[in-house]
Amino acid sequence: MEIIITLIKAAITFGTVIMYGSVGEILTEKSGNLNLGVPGTMYMGGIASLASAFFYERACESSGVAPSTALLILIPFLSAFLFAAFGGLIYSFLTITLRANQNVTGLTLTIFGAGLANFFGGSLNKLAGGVGQISVSQTSRAFSASLFSFLPLPDILMRTLFNYGFLVYLAIVVAVAAHFFLNKTNAGLNLRAVGENPATADAAGVNVTRHKYLATCIGTGISGLGGLFYTLDYIGGTWANDGRIETLGWLAVALVIFATWKPLRSLWSSYLFGLLYWVPQLSQNIKRRPQSLFMMLPYVVTILVLIFVSLRKKKENQPPESLGLAYFREER
Amino acid sequence: MLRIQKRTNMLLWQRWITRLAAIVLALVINAVIIFALTKLNPLKVYGSMFEGVFGTPLILWDTIRRVSMLLCIGVGLAPAFKMKFWNIGAEGQILVGGIAAAACMIYLGNLPNALLLVVMFVLAAAAGGLWGFVPAIAKARLNTNETLFTLMMNYIAIQLTSFFVTFWETPQGSGKVGIINPNTYKGWFPQLFGQRYMLNLIIALVLVVLVFLYLRYTKQGYEIAVVGESHNTAKYAGISVQAVTVRTVTISGAICGIAGFIAVAGQGHTISTSTAGGRGFIAIIVAWLAKFNTFFMILISLLIVFLEKGAEEIASNFNINNDLSKVLMGIILFFILGSEFFINYKLALSKAENA
Repeated sequence: MEIIITLIKAAITFGTVIMYGSVGEILTEKSGNLNLGVPGTMYMGGIASLASAFFYERACESSGVAPSTALLILIPFLSAFLFAAFGGLIYSFLTITLRANQNVTGLTLTIFGAGLANFFGGSLNKLAGGVGQISVSQTSRAFSASLFSFLPLPDILMRTLFNYGFLVYLAIVVAVAAHFFLNKTNAGLNLRAVGENPATADAAGVNVTRHKYLATCIGTGISGLGGLFYTLDYIGGTWANDGRIETLGWLAVALVIFATWKPLRSLWSSYLFGLLYWVPQLSQNIKRRPQSLFMMLPYVVTILVLIFVSLRKKKENQPPESLGLAYFREER
Repeated sequence: MLRIQKRTNMLLWQRWITRLAAIVLALVINAVIIFALTKLNPLKVYGSMFEGVFGTPLILWDTIRRVSMLLCIGVGLAPAFKMKFWNIGAEGQILVGGIAAAACMIYLGNLPNALLLVVMFVLAAAAGGLWGFVPAIAKARLNTNETLFTLMMNYIAIQLTSFFVTFWETPQGSGKVGIINPNTYKGWFPQLFGQRYMLNLIIALVLVVLVFLYLRYTKQGYEIAVVGESHNTAKYAGISVQAVTVRTVTISGAICGIAGFIAVAGQGHTISTSTAGGRGFIAIIVAWLAKFNTFFMILISLLIVFLEKGAEEIASNFNINNDLSKVLMGIILFFILGSEFFINYKLALSKAENA
């Protein structure tokens, strides 16, 4: 029983990180931008949230004011979103305005974001002094406080489903909202048109550049929330240079394919990937040899989905038609 | 209103001046960052970078070793990229090549060294080639997205590596393979002209020349160029796009597999999940920036290794975090990527439309 509870918790926790990453990337890819900088933007979100929380807590401490819970949440949240979106802005400027290659720009963004985050993470650890580990305990408490603790539900339900900070539930809201946005609104339709065939969208009067910019920046901002959740909620408001954000970020990229570019499908499959990510790490119980084969699973399954989707050629499961290609009006 | 025009007439030296200007601009920004962080004179810091890259023969050879590695991978990617096949699976292709090489060292240790090295070379190339072949055939037959497919292949290769590590680890349970054949040196690159890394350099340079000639002067190289420009043109010309895709990406993967062979036999003498260490990704940038010209790759690899090693040097000298190198490198790469725009396009004032 205990082990099942642990598994569900891990699936939801890591699934949430992956979900933010993949829903953000779905939005971006729907505009035709294949951003391979997802791990980088998640890193940027993580470090921005941590740094802003650290300075806010320190400012409160030195001025003797008790930090307000609203600000404890709002400051890191906005910092994470905006800084990650700034990463998206760099990417957009280079690929959309300056027409640089998307793959190369995205990979550079990953290198840059990871370097930036680990550099400042290390420096913050130093700045915090003491044992060399930064800790923003008050912020972390605010983020991980259970949102539904008032519900009179059986203990087991509470522990598995309702004992998380608000970001876990916000991820679900964001995924559902992205689904509605893409499928039920005009703006969403326009965005998809841009990703499928920018020339046609342009001819129909849709501002291609603006849609691409907005989708990419908002998408990377959402991905950045994955880093925020990992940093302030899951590991409790410190910095660990363990490369986990990077692994989860690439899983998010894989998940976009697995979910065939549908936010709702990424909702449940994120938890599945979260589970697949964690099961092998219950190391003591599982031998290491099958463990590494097990860890291949998400990627193998993703490849199978990729092949299957191209085999069946079903229209609604295909990647956006212009994915990875820049649009030059002059070359129509 | 500003209008963007395609430009095709830029001379070679003008292109390089533009890129150089981008690098200088990025270095200035980096200097500001370095100064803000450390309050040190940036020129002095850049100077100490120079020391850390070329300072002594030992350091210089370490630089050469790293450049050879990056160069080999970048050269491997060139054919695929020229065909506009986005092989971002070099990381995985290096690893499977490395696994093959390490397996030979472990199980075929009683062969004569020269023969063993040849076997390792062949098998590593075959393994890397296979890792390229799989996504290539899917692309050719089913038109799957190769960027995503090759990306996934990387992670399968990483897990495959840790799977093999559990078989070969010494001592049992350590999770590390350790140095293979530390006493017999079987499967190690021999010293040439008294230098440990000479063979690394020679293999890389030979590949530079061979791939250059292959792309520019052979029928197959021409087919790659045509397929890269337009699938339809290729079809009209009677070139089988499918066959060229599979062949080219397999070759590309095989060269990356050879890079894995160098990584195991020529430097690490071990295998781990970090044997490729992100080089496969950085080499993508090398190949792209050099515009698939393998000789330019020498320069770009040198630039990247300079930044990386130089930043390591500053990090240790001035007691700052090593990850700074990635930040500095990222900024420089952003600038170079952006500068390509000014090479391919020019901004022109358009006449008012309703005049």
